Formats: sequence, structure tokens, C-alpha cells
Amino acid sequence: MSDRATTEHAVLKSTDDASGVPSHGGRPVWPRPTIDEAPLTKAILVVLAVGFLALFIVLPLIAVFAEAFRRGLDHYLESFADPDTQAAIRLTLMVAAIAVPLNLVFGICAAWAIAKFDFHGKSLLITLIDLPFSVSPVVSGLVFVLLFGAQGLFGKWLAAHDLQIVFAVPGIVLATVFVTFPFVARELIPLMQEQGTSEEEAALTLGASGLRTFLTVTLPNVKWALLYGVLLCNARAMGEFGAVSVVSGHVRGLTNTMPLHVEILYNEYNFVAAFAVASILAGLALLTLMAKSVLEWRYGDALARTRLY
Amino acid sequence: MTPSPGPVYTDHVDTVAIRAEGLEKRFGGTPALTGVDLAVEAGELVALLGPSGSGKTTLLRIVAGLERPTAGHVYFGGEDATFVPVQARRVGFVFQSYALFRHLDVGENVAYGLRVRPRHLRPSRADIRRRVSDLLDLVQLSGLDRRFPSQLSGGQRQRVALARALAVDPKVLLLDEPFGALDAKVRRDLRRWLRDLHDRTGHTTLFVTHDQDEALELSDRVAILNQGRIEQIGTPDEVYDRPASGFVAGFIGEAVRLPVDVADGIVTIGPHTLRNHTSSLSGPAALYVRPRDLVPADPHGGVPTRVAGVRRAGPARRAELLLADGLPTIEIELPADLTVARGEILHVQFRTLRLFPA
Ligand SMILES: Nc1ncnc2c1ncn2[C@@H]1O[C@H](COP(=O)(O)OP(=O)(O)OP(=O)(O)O)[C@@H](O)[C@H]1O
Ligand SMILES: [Mg+2]
Repeated sequence: MSDRATTEHAVLKSTDDASGVPSHGGRPVWPRPTIDEAPLTKAILVVLAVGFLALFIVLPLIAVFAEAFRRGLDHYLESFADPDTQAAIRLTLMVAAIAVPLNLVFGICAAWAIAKFDFHGKSLLITLIDLPFSVSPVVSGLVFVLLFGAQGLFGKWLAAHDLQIVFAVPGIVLATVFVTFPFVARELIPLMQEQGTSEEEAALTLGASGLRTFLTVTLPNVKWALLYGVLLCNARAMGEFGAVSVVSGHVRGLTNTMPLHVEILYNEYNFVAAFAVASILAGLALLTLMAKSVLEWRYGDALARTRLY
Repeated sequence: MTPSPGPVYTDHVDTVAIRAEGLEKRFGGTPALTGVDLAVEAGELVALLGPSGSGKTTLLRIVAGLERPTAGHVYFGGEDATFVPVQARRVGFVFQSYALFRHLDVGENVAYGLRVRPRHLRPSRADIRRRVSDLLDLVQLSGLDRRFPSQLSGGQRQRVALARALAVDPKVLLLDEPFGALDAKVRRDLRRWLRDLHDRTGHTTLFVTHDQDEALELSDRVAILNQGRIEQIGTPDEVYDRPASGFVAGFIGEAVRLPVDVADGIVTIGPHTLRNHTSSLSGPAALYVRPRDLVPADPHGGVPTRVAGVRRAGPARRAELLLADGLPTIEIELPADLTVARGEILHVQFRTLRLFPA
């Protein structure tokens, strides 16, 4: 089966080899669009797109920061002196620090298995990977309550062994892992499938061990996609509200993550503090986007190389 | 690209060879190889030739250790290598699609096999650098070592793949359609170049192709595969001049297959009869006719045929001839001084009759 795929590859490649991708100073140059719209249509489209973006994305973002700094920098910083806020930040960082590496490993394993091997139940696995995307986060959270809650499937056993999962940190971690599972795998699967297994096989014939092949061939070939997946996974892990809200129990200073804490502060009419914490989350999102853009801009060539050749 | 005599980088003279015995391979239920026996002498260049899906790649991958046979054994120089993992087989494999490491430049690609060796077997950095540059000289790519695979032409990639395979000083070279994705001109150049390289380095080489010209021109011996079986192994002359089966006769040399009847030394083709000296067959049979098997004859001697068309085939002109309605047209290579036109009657004589059981 892999041979079939590589044959097609070879044919495809030979046709675009002669010209290759047109490049200018090493960076791919894409052909001009063949359709040239009338200037008025163009203007309307641009205004619409920009206006929509401004209204629904830029404006709220500005509002978050404006609200956070409404009473000056001192008030803003004071918000973070609250031990509960600090606990929420710590908990969020900790949850992300557990969930992201876990999903990194799971994601690589799943993508590897799906892209490079044929086995029974493969399509089922692909569908399951998408499940966290397609199901409401609240339902995801409820599933864990049903499984591990006091009335849940394992509730009695857990209580007997004095283990607390739901309404405690383990539950939050579980829910976060569940919700953010697809990000890494989804980034990797199409790329790995496209790349096939022949480079790995070449490494094996050259004497490299399986692990070595993975580290020197498979991983470098997907590293940018991997990094991108990790960035998205991290952003979601820190920002997840729904699933975490169901399993957290909202114990201040103990099981409150940043998004949950924002809600609590807001409901208590503590707007400055609420928006101060929100501004951190928003800042994180901006950082993620920036990191992604920098990646794409700085390593566009390497990125293109992993896809095109 | 004229091959220049360059340095030779292998001290490889021992008498290793490849032997396959009773190889079987099934994918699920469908057999891809059945009862394949093959022996390749040390230093020999053997082509695996066959139509698409005949099992060429599968056989090559089993020899390389990339695939396990369902049954049978592979020996390298007398040692049973059937269960030796691919890493330990020391084969140089060139993939149909080259499979260059896209994230490494040309120099790093070639050096890969040396760099992954365990420390006590790994050459020093300086040695690796020297060897890479020697190999790039050998494949005539000196100076391109900083390029990435995506910045190379197909023919250049092909040669990088070969240099990378040669770097580990393989016991045998296995090439899967090495020129499959290249245009005709580059193919011809590389073909010569590979023959020349083989003569200089003396690697035992097994290469897959579905191009019979390539197989016949390049190899010492040709193994012809059909539906997972080897139909014939022999020198290019043997398989061309004395095909061992109807399949080989039909596959090699642009032959056309005609259904005939044989009885008492007489071959009946539709309304025509020919005297048969060569075959002891009788009953329904298949006659394979190549363009050069036919010569024009005078109207009293030969078989009358109708010219269905005339066309150019490389240096020669060929006419398509119809022996009788309902039979496939056969081809004749016309002498330079003979002109025929469509619709004319041309009498022809058979130089040989290649008869095989139907
Ligand atoms: N991984 C696989 N899974 C299932 N069937 C396979 C696999 N690899 C090969 N086959 C089947 O085995 C048979 C032989 O395939 P193989 O690739 O060896 O043919 P080939 O002679 O190399 O053909 P080509 O000239 O098209 O490359 C084919 O029928 C093919 O469909
Ligand atoms: Mg093949």
C-alpha cells in the first residue's frame, strides 16, 4: 500500500520538478490570482471583512484591556495581589503544564499510528479523535462527573480509597486533556499521511534504529506542525471554560482556573479584577498568534519544504 | 552528462551474492509472490522486469528486509538473512520516489548512514566529510552539498539517492525503478552512467524496471516476473531470442499474439497455413509475431496480407498488416526501399515461428 502511494508521489513530483515551485530569494512566490475583481467590489469586500473583524474581534479585545486599566495601572496590578487570583493563575499554569505534554505524546502516538500503519478500527480512531471537537465542552465535563462523581460509575470505589477526582485538580486536568486532545493529532495526521513512510524506510536501510529514525526523520519532518499544534493546544488548555466549569466545583483558591475565576470576579461586580485576569488570557491568545505568525514568517521555507518535496 | 572516470570508493571484492528460495508473499488473501527462486552472483547486475503489479517491488523489499516473506528464505552470501533486521543487512536501497530526507541538505543526506552508526564504528567527522565529497564527485554532484532535495532536479535527486545508498558501503545495491520518474533523455544518460558506475564499483545489483529496453541494455541477466512468479531468468540475449514461455514471448520485443491451430507440422492462422519446423506442439496454440520476424516475399511464396496502416517507429518504418478479418494486426519492419500504401496487398514470409501453448 505504501508503495502505491510513493509511486503516485513520484509521478506528481516529476511533473512539478522541472519548474519546481517558483521561488524568489528562496521563498515561494504564488501566482497572481487570475480573477481581477472590479475596484468597487474589491473595496466593498475589504470593508466588509475588516469591519466584521473590527466589530467582533478587535473591539472586544480592546474593551478587555480598556476595562482592566480603567482605574489605572495601580489598580490593575493590585488585582493580582489577591491570593485567590494568584492561586487561579498557578492552577491554570499547572493544568496546562500537565495537559499539554500529555497531549503532545498522545497526539504523536495517534498520528503516527494512523498515518504510518494499517490496522482494524483505524477509521473509528480517527472519528474518536475528533469527538472532543464535535461535542459540547459541558457534555465532556459531565461525562467525567458521571464516571468519577460521588454517584458515578467509579464513585464508590474512589470514595472507599479516599480519592477525589471530580471537584478537584485531577478532574480539571482530565477534562482539559480530553478537550484539548485533538489539537496536536489533527495538525500531524494530514502532514504525516502526505509524507508517507518511505523516508523512514530509507533511514532503516541505512542502519538507523527505529527510535533513531523517529528522532532524526519523522520528528524533524513534522516539527513545525507539532509546534503549531502545541501552541493551539496550550491556548485552549489555559482558556477552557465549559468542561472545566462542570468538574471544578469552583472552590476559590483551590479548584478555580483563570477562566472560572474571571467569571466569579465578574459576578461579584469586581470588574477591574475580572478584566485584569481576562487581560492575561487575552494577552496569552495574542502571544500565541504572534508566535504562530513568527513561526510562519521566519521558517516559511522550512515549513514549505516539509510539505512540498 | 558524460561519465568521467573518477575515484572508486569501495573495497568490495568478496563473493557475496543474493539467493532467494521458495519465496512466497501474501497481502491478506491475495498472493503477491509465489515460489520465487532467484540467485544473483557477486558483482552481477540483474534486472527484475515485469508488468505493473507483478511483484517486482515486493521481491526487492523482501530482499532488503523491509518486508517479511510469508514463506521461503533469503540468503546473503550463504548466510540465512530471512530474519535479519533491515538495519543489519547492509543493503543500499534506492526508492522509486528517492525518499531523500527533505529536511536535510544533500551532504547531510549522503552522510546519514555514516552518522547513525554506533560510536565505535562511526568514522570521524573529517572522514565523513571526505567520504561525502568523494561520493558527490562520483555521482557528479560536487558543489551541490548545501542544496536541499526540493532544490534539485529529478535526475539530481536520483543521483543523491544513489550516493546516499553507496555511502554505507552496502553488500548489495537494490534499485526500485531508479529512472521511473525521469524523462526519456535523462533516463538514457543515467542508464549509461549507472552501467559505468557498476563496472567501476562492482556492486552486486538488483534493479527493478518495467522498461524492457532498460533491462536488456543495462543488465547482465534479466528475471522476468509475471503475477508473482519468475517466468524466465537469463542473459538479455537468451530472454530476447529464446523466450521460455508465451508470456515472455509476448512481453519482450513488441510481439503480437495470434491464436493458431497446430497439427502435423502445419500451423493454421485463420485462412492461412504455414509449415512448422520448430515446434512439436499440437492443438490450439499461440503464435507471437515481432516486427522483425516478418520479411516481404514475392507474391507466390508468402502469405498475403492487407496493409492497414504505415507508421514511423524510431529509425524504421512499420506497416500494420491484417492476415484476416477478426485477427489482430501484426507489424512488419519495412526495408528502406519498399513503399507500401494502406489497402495494398503485401505478401510476407515468417522468419521464425514462436509457438507456445495457448
Ligand atoms: N502493502 C500491500 N498491501 C496489499 N497489497 C499489496 C501491498 N504491496 C503490494 N501489494 C500487491 O502485491 C502485488 C505486487 O505488487 P508490487 O508492488 O510488488 O508490484 P510491482 O511489480 O512493483 O508493480 P509496479 O511496476 O506497478 O511498481 C500487487 O497486486 C499489489 O497490489
Ligand atoms: Mg513497484
